[in-house]
Amino acid sequence: MKLLDRFLDGDRIALSRVITLLENDRNRRSAILDRLYPRSGNARRIGITGPPGSGKSTLTDRLTKQLRISGRTVGIIAVDPTSPFTGGALLGDRLRMQGSWDDPQVFLRSLADRSHTGGLSEATPHAMTALDAFGKDVIIVETVGVGQSTLDVSDVSDTTVVLLTPESGDSIQAMKAGLMEIADVLVVNKADREGADRFAAELRTIVDLGRWEEGWKPPVLSVSARDNTGMDGLYEKLDAHGDYLAGEGRLRRRRMRQGRSAIEKALGEMWRGRLTKLRDADCTMDRLSERVARREIHPLAAAGELMDELSV
Amino acid sequence: MTDNIRVLVAKPGLDGHDRGAKVVAGALRDAGMEVIYTGLRQTPEMIAEAAVQEDVDVVALSILSGAHMTIFPRVMDLLRERGVDHMLLTGGGIIPKSDGDELAKLGVGKLFGPGTSTRDIIAYINEEVARRRVADEI
Ligand SMILES: Nc1nc2c(ncn2[C@@H]2O[C@H](COP(=O)(O)OP(=O)(O)OP(=O)(O)O)[C@@H](O)[C@H]2O)c(=O)[nH]1
Ligand SMILES: [Mg+2]
Repeated sequence: MKLLDRFLDGDRIALSRVITLLENDRNRRSAILDRLYPRSGNARRIGITGPPGSGKSTLTDRLTKQLRISGRTVGIIAVDPTSPFTGGALLGDRLRMQGSWDDPQVFLRSLADRSHTGGLSEATPHAMTALDAFGKDVIIVETVGVGQSTLDVSDVSDTTVVLLTPESGDSIQAMKAGLMEIADVLVVNKADREGADRFAAELRTIVDLGRWEEGWKPPVLSVSARDNTGMDGLYEKLDAHGDYLAGEGRLRRRRMRQGRSAIEKALGEMWRGRLTKLRDADCTMDRLSERVARREIHPLAAAGELMDELSV
Repeated sequence: MTDNIRVLVAKPGLDGHDRGAKVVAGALRDAGMEVIYTGLRQTPEMIAEAAVQEDVDVVALSILSGAHMTIFPRVMDLLRERGVDHMLLTGGGIIPKSDGDELAKLGVGKLFGPGTSTRDIIAYINEEVARRRVADEI
């Protein structure tokens, strides 16, 4: 059986291979999505972001267990940074996500961001589409530990959870990083440590001062993912936000906005591809001009060759 | 060199520390590979499961406990069971040559003793992965 048929047959190995192809095989990416995209869109997508070491993986592990208790299947994409110097990456999220390792209904894939900015890799949305089409009920995406960068996670999730810790301290920093704007739910993790309450109060003040969508003011919750305290409050808020989105076509509107941004990104990629081709074509142009001057080829044939090279 | 080689580095067994595994993981990362690090106390089942979900090219185990003759064959079996035995299973530890030969018969790759230069490991992985990668028909 061919790969995508095996995928649609529920073969986990095929799912894993498909994610690899979506990452590596630019030529066949679109053909794969032709089959998968129409089957996606049913999963609930939760994004988890926050500074390095804030506890994103630990929290994801807890959340996964909770979702499984409520009978939902889970797919997870965890992104870690690629080293800009070597192109290599150390993907360590799995280390703190071993609570469901023997549960066949949980699929966890670590991805390197491959120097893509925004906290996710270029292929992350496609990998999420694969998990979605495979039938996962909930998809959790953990971003790279973000300091200050543009944030793509709200473009691929229905609900974005921003994780901060008392020691990431300064809430102004979080504001500067743009984290406040994308948060549907704010979580102060490591509440087992000192200063959590004060920090949470500070965040609430900032939320109060800010602007938020009609009907949903981002709640601020204190939890300890490590000690498993306060987590029930988070699960409730996640469900509540799901219900909120379900009303009045909000989810549809959100996904339309995300669709637009996905098209824009794809256009950007295509355009970059075209530019590389133009640069290559420039070399061909040099080579061809020389041959035309030497009367080895006439200009019309040379132009034809260039056209062939430029057509995508 | 093959692009985006993915390696799972794990330390099975209950013993000791993962210093050696971490050094190898770091060296492979510096050689441009994507290394999934799962840390200490990994059972063969956990290793095989992670290998499947991460779709790695290589599973590299650090075994210092002397349990290599049980762990390597077990992981090999589990990979085969799942149909992913195209993956290279390799590793390091204090492993007598006769044991290495026996494991090779089961399909386990080259094993590296303490003090091996990471350069040799990197060269071996590059070579093996280039040979083993399979093209999928979609
Ligand atoms: N005290 C305390 N430590 C925690 C808590 N949650 C996580 N940690 C610890 O914080 C460290 C980082 O946790 P991770 O879950 O790996 O954090 P992360 O945000 O996924 O890290 P990156 O993916 O590297 O950005 C680990 O040592 C955790 O054990 C918590 O609630 N309280
Ligand atoms: Mg993490």
